[in-house]
Amino acid sequence: MSASPSPPGSMPPPLIELSGVRRRFGDVDALAGLDLVVPENRITVLLGPNGAGKTTAIRMITGALDAHDGVVRTFGLDPSEHGEEVRRRCGVVSAKPALYDRLDGHANLAYAAELYGLGRGPKVDETIRAAAARFGIEHALDHRVGGFSTGMKTRLALARSILHRPDLLLFDEPTSGLDPESSHAVLEMIREMTDDGRTVVMCTHLLLEAEGLADKVVVMEDGRDLVAGTPTELTRRFWPGTVVLVGAENPEALGVAGNIPGVRNVEADTDPGRVRLHLDGDRRIPDVITALVANGVRLTRAEPLEPTLEDLYFAVRTKKPIADDGGRQLTPSDDAPVTDRHRQVAALTGWPGAEGDHR
Amino acid sequence: MTAIAAPPSKAVATPTRTRWRDLDRRRIWIVARSDLRQLLEDKGFWMPMVFLGGIFFLLIPTVLLLSITRIGDVEVVSQMSQTLKVLPQSAQAQIQGTSDQGRTAYALAVFLLAPVAIVVPLTISTAIGASTIVGERERGTGEFLAHSPAHEREIYLGKLIASLLPGYATTLLGFGVYSLVVNLFVGPEVGGWFFPTQQWWVLMLWVVPPFLALTLSIVLRLSARVKSTAAAQQAAGLVTLPMIGIAYSQSTGALFGAQNAGLILGAFAWVVAAVGLARGMRAVSRSRLLGVNDGV
Repeated sequence: MSASPSPPGSMPPPLIELSGVRRRFGDVDALAGLDLVVPENRITVLLGPNGAGKTTAIRMITGALDAHDGVVRTFGLDPSEHGEEVRRRCGVVSAKPALYDRLDGHANLAYAAELYGLGRGPKVDETIRAAAARFGIEHALDHRVGGFSTGMKTRLALARSILHRPDLLLFDEPTSGLDPESSHAVLEMIREMTDDGRTVVMCTHLLLEAEGLADKVVVMEDGRDLVAGTPTELTRRFWPGTVVLVGAENPEALGVAGNIPGVRNVEADTDPGRVRLHLDGDRRIPDVITALVANGVRLTRAEPLEPTLEDLYFAVRTKKPIADDGGRQLTPSDDAPVTDRHRQVAALTGWPGAEGDHR
Repeated sequence: MTAIAAPPSKAVATPTRTRWRDLDRRRIWIVARSDLRQLLEDKGFWMPMVFLGGIFFLLIPTVLLLSITRIGDVEVVSQMSQTLKVLPQSAQAQIQGTSDQGRTAYALAVFLLAPVAIVVPLTISTAIGASTIVGERERGTGEFLAHSPAHEREIYLGKLIASLLPGYATTLLGFGVYSLVVNLFVGPEVGGWFFPTQQWWVLMLWVVPPFLALTLSIVLRLSARVKSTAAAQQAAGLVTLPMIGIAYSQSTGALFGAQNAGLILGAFAWVVAAVGLARGMRAVSRSRLLGVNDGV
């Protein structure tokens, strides 16, 4: 795969493009106009609750299911027309590891190797052992998969997904059923996969997984993409203000903070010895700290709070108004372009800007 | 979202037509071999299969033929012998043997036990075929196949072969054992080893294979459509019953002097099997492997 270097902070050209994709299962709209762009050589995380359409999106990407409407392009190809070519370049790990319990680990991988055109023989055996070793499962290759733990099965499924050196890896909740330690190990492995030029799409409903792993996040609900962007972009777009957690030896002295220029709001923290200061922006932090000290406040803590993906996710999912969300500013910043999609999101979530007053 | 250069294409609800020559035979065999390997790894499957073949091809014929030829004066042999005498002349001409025991044993071995050759492979193959596709779905492995480069028809044919081979192989092996038993117990009554007869060769090589293929083409379609293996097994049982009936009619036809009954029936079965397979191939789709409700 040609992984041409992209300028820092920018996204490389897309490897997958879904536009207005719709898919019904009986009377249910699994996908209801999904737009999705997956950049090359990055980890894109599809984040959403059960039933959001994440798995269906994965199936559309490989052509395992056809779209009822819209456009799907994977590697620039229509998977419904060029399914074999597309699927040959994809490695998939589904929510259930999809392994044959009656076969041993080696036979499971050998079956995949043959189906993906690697053939048989000592060279393929070597490839199988190398893939298994990468995920720390080589010791169990001669054992029946039926006796494997969930973690072992996931590792074997991951090893199977990379056997044929795919350009695109699609992981559908790969850590489901794993203990925290195994989950962490699996996520580390997924992170490593982009090091050798692969593109990863991962579905999860676990925010902690997406945090720190995702180069791009797509929040999905009811078969649609609600918001999409890099975690930084989303943070900048939806949390333009700055929140600083401040603690003092004499907490009552922090009351003066409301009068300092640049402080928009003073919010009580769960810890009575601390407050959260909502500032105009990062540039205000030194001035505010200086002013507090000048007012005789003996600071014990001053920590800028970075909004997490969890903050974004729940803001979107629970449709909380700003006042209920601890005073967080959820309005798109003035310098960020506001699209129809953002307005739609705003309307869905009750955020300000739904009426289109941001340009 | 980035604008997409490619022209919008509406839904592709129907799969693109694939010609036979486009199918990868190697991949068909890969699917079949993997399924066969799983069957071999499962004692719970092949032990009953061995018992079934043993009972129908060894135990029952041995007990029956031994009883008739060695304890020939029992009432039942006498009655059967009388029954054979009321058959039309053309039918009687088919039955060899000089004694009552010999003629009874010959009729039993050559004509009346012939349907066993159909019952055994059908039972084994339908048991495998019924669970082959719905089983992938139930175990979640259908997801792996759906995302693989294999074409749906390659998967179908691979599974057909994997369902057909164990039944047919057991039957051929059982046929060898049965031939030995018949020749050992009935041969001395009719002047030497005589089995397999021409009708049995026709049955084994010309009639059984298309019958199996035809039955499996239906069973695999059922397996692709039903929601559980149990449902597939129930439905497959209904499919095999008429097939066994046809097998009886074939053996009866041969007994009544229709020498070409097997050849005609076989030819008909091949044609119907070809049509059944062609239609059955469409039953396997990726959405069915995934088990999604596609409204079909």
